[in-house]
Amino acid sequence: MENVPLIEFRNISKQFNDKIVLNKINASIYENQITTIIGKSGTGKSVFLKHIIGLLKPDEGDIFFQGKSVGKMNKAERKAYMGNISYLFQNNALLDSMTVFDNVAFPLRQTTDLNKKDIEKMVLKRIEDLELTEAIKKYPSELSGGMQKRVALARALVTDPKIVLFDEPTTGQDPIRKNMILSMITHYRKKFGFTAVMISHDIPDIFFISDRIIILWEGTVGFEGRYEEAVRLKLPIIDEFLRSLEGFQDELTGLLSREAFRMHYAGMLGGAATTTAVSAAVFSVRLNLLDAALGHQVSLEILKLLGEFTNRQFNPVGGFSARHSRDQILTIFPHTKPDEARELVAAFAKKLQQGALGVIENMTRPKTGVGECFDIYIHAGFTGVYPDDEIEQIIKRSEEKQEIIATYRCDSGGSM
Amino acid sequence: MAEIRTQRQNKPLALVLPYIGKRTISLVGNLGAMVIFFSLAFFNIFRKKQFIEIVKQVYYIGARSSLIVMLVGLFTGMVMGLQLFYTLVKFGSVGALGSAVSLSLIRELGPVLTAIMITARAGSGITAEIGIMRISEQIDALYSMRIDPVRYLISPRVAASIISFPLLTSFFDLIGILGGYITGVLLLGTNGGTYFYRVQSSINMVDVRGGFIKALVFAVIVSCICCFQGYFCHMRNDGYGARAVGLATVSAVVISCVMILIADYVVTSFIM
Repeated sequence: MENVPLIEFRNISKQFNDKIVLNKINASIYENQITTIIGKSGTGKSVFLKHIIGLLKPDEGDIFFQGKSVGKMNKAERKAYMGNISYLFQNNALLDSMTVFDNVAFPLRQTTDLNKKDIEKMVLKRIEDLELTEAIKKYPSELSGGMQKRVALARALVTDPKIVLFDEPTTGQDPIRKNMILSMITHYRKKFGFTAVMISHDIPDIFFISDRIIILWEGTVGFEGRYEEAVRLKLPIIDEFLRSLEGFQDELTGLLSREAFRMHYAGMLGGAATTTAVSAAVFSVRLNLLDAALGHQVSLEILKLLGEFTNRQFNPVGGFSARHSRDQILTIFPHTKPDEARELVAAFAKKLQQGALGVIENMTRPKTGVGECFDIYIHAGFTGVYPDDEIEQIIKRSEEKQEIIATYRCDSGGSM
Repeated sequence: MAEIRTQRQNKPLALVLPYIGKRTISLVGNLGAMVIFFSLAFFNIFRKKQFIEIVKQVYYIGARSSLIVMLVGLFTGMVMGLQLFYTLVKFGSVGALGSAVSLSLIRELGPVLTAIMITARAGSGITAEIGIMRISEQIDALYSMRIDPVRYLISPRVAASIISFPLLTSFFDLIGILGGYITGVLLLGTNGGTYFYRVQSSINMVDVRGGFIKALVFAVIVSCICCFQGYFCHMRNDGYGARAVGLATVSAVVISCVMILIADYVVTSFIM
């Protein structure tokens, strides 16, 4: 899959006046993957994206699309290349004299020969997908920052592009909306099969959805590959940078960030706890299924709820938790044997049922029609923790023994 | 280095000449860029999906400027009627009032004042609108959507100017002649029949054609300068962002007005 890059930067340099922004950059973007570019402000992330779409030309080097030099393409080839790409600008770049509908319809009207009816149908579908129906006749200046971002996303996706470039698509959004946009990107990438290149700092969520990351560091590529590799390599500068981005808390769930979790875990292993029993549990919901049944917002609200309950239940007994994938929470129980942990989780499941039932019903009611039903399953897996265990090993062992601990079934009146 | 500086201080020409040279190169470069810019815009007028955009721009540049152009035309004609009446009275040739007013308006004042009025009203608006689109990355967004910004933004405005300028000039001329009638005939008592007879008999097709040629030349100059200033406002050295848009708008109006007057002289000297 990773043999032939879809887009390849070879020795790209770019300078503005005296400032070298990109310095002989080599980087690859692969088909059907989400590649995320991260880096400090002013390291040339937007410049990197603008080179792909041709808004900027490199001073040196060349960009290759499917092995062909973009600089040497003839007019028709270049037009075809450009036709494959959509760009979501950092400040949205919506045409402010047009309504939301006209903004989304604009690329179709200008670049295709579709009739008015077909354009209207496609545009309304996108507008509905991005929950913009009520803003359809409004102008960009009448919308909130978040809505403007969604309009820009709708416009970028309306032409069904093969490559979509996202320049900080979640800036200025609240945690739920940020995750919604990221969920939508993942969802549409799977649905339409486009390649996504994204600039984002929404850690950890961005790592959950990214196949590869490119870290730009002082004009060069500091790291290129999977996030797990970056963490495993522990390159001092990169490690420090990732930590500074991640902070201590997961914005969406209120749980610990992965870095904070690692620090807690390392501290625990280094202390007396290693001589006593330690257990771990992995909780998960099938977020993809919930997304499809209830929409991104409701599924994220359910995940948030699960995070809040986990914190509330396990923090008082010394447990600490963090998300380790998009829909998976790992909790470590110091001084607790697996059987005791199982009892704690049973009590947690009971409280979740009592406390969450009403909330879930309220959240899902507007999303489901009469007679429509859905189930929510919450899984958990348990394991003991041993002194030399890496976090990944704990997760793997817990996943192997997962069982359903709570079920929400709306057809039976919401019993869990 | 120090030696060179001393030499320059001793010879003022050594300071002035590089400055003049730099400005000249910049001017020639800008002129060349403008010619290419206009050529691209002109040829893109004839591509598909342009009709509606051109109609919209004719409405903005033409229809919405008509009231102000007619108002200025009316008062210009009235002032002309007044001034020429008292001048012609001294020579006993009040009967020639119609000829004097109509010829001045059709040959000279109509095209020039119309162009200046459109520059002030629509030209400044064009520069500001395109400039804001440039600094808010809307032009980049067009490019990223495979829409040629010159085709979508500039060509309709150039086409609309070429359509609107002669039409508005003819409105200006017509209302101006009526203005001359109001002061000369209705207020000062010259014979109305004589006034219109003189208007009809003294105006030849050559005069009308000359006025329209000027209007067309001014349309090209104004649309090209105003669009160019807005489109490249991000490349100005004297300001960035909103300030660059403001400066571009000022430059567009000033340069357009000056160029209208220079072009007026050049075209007149060719026509006469």
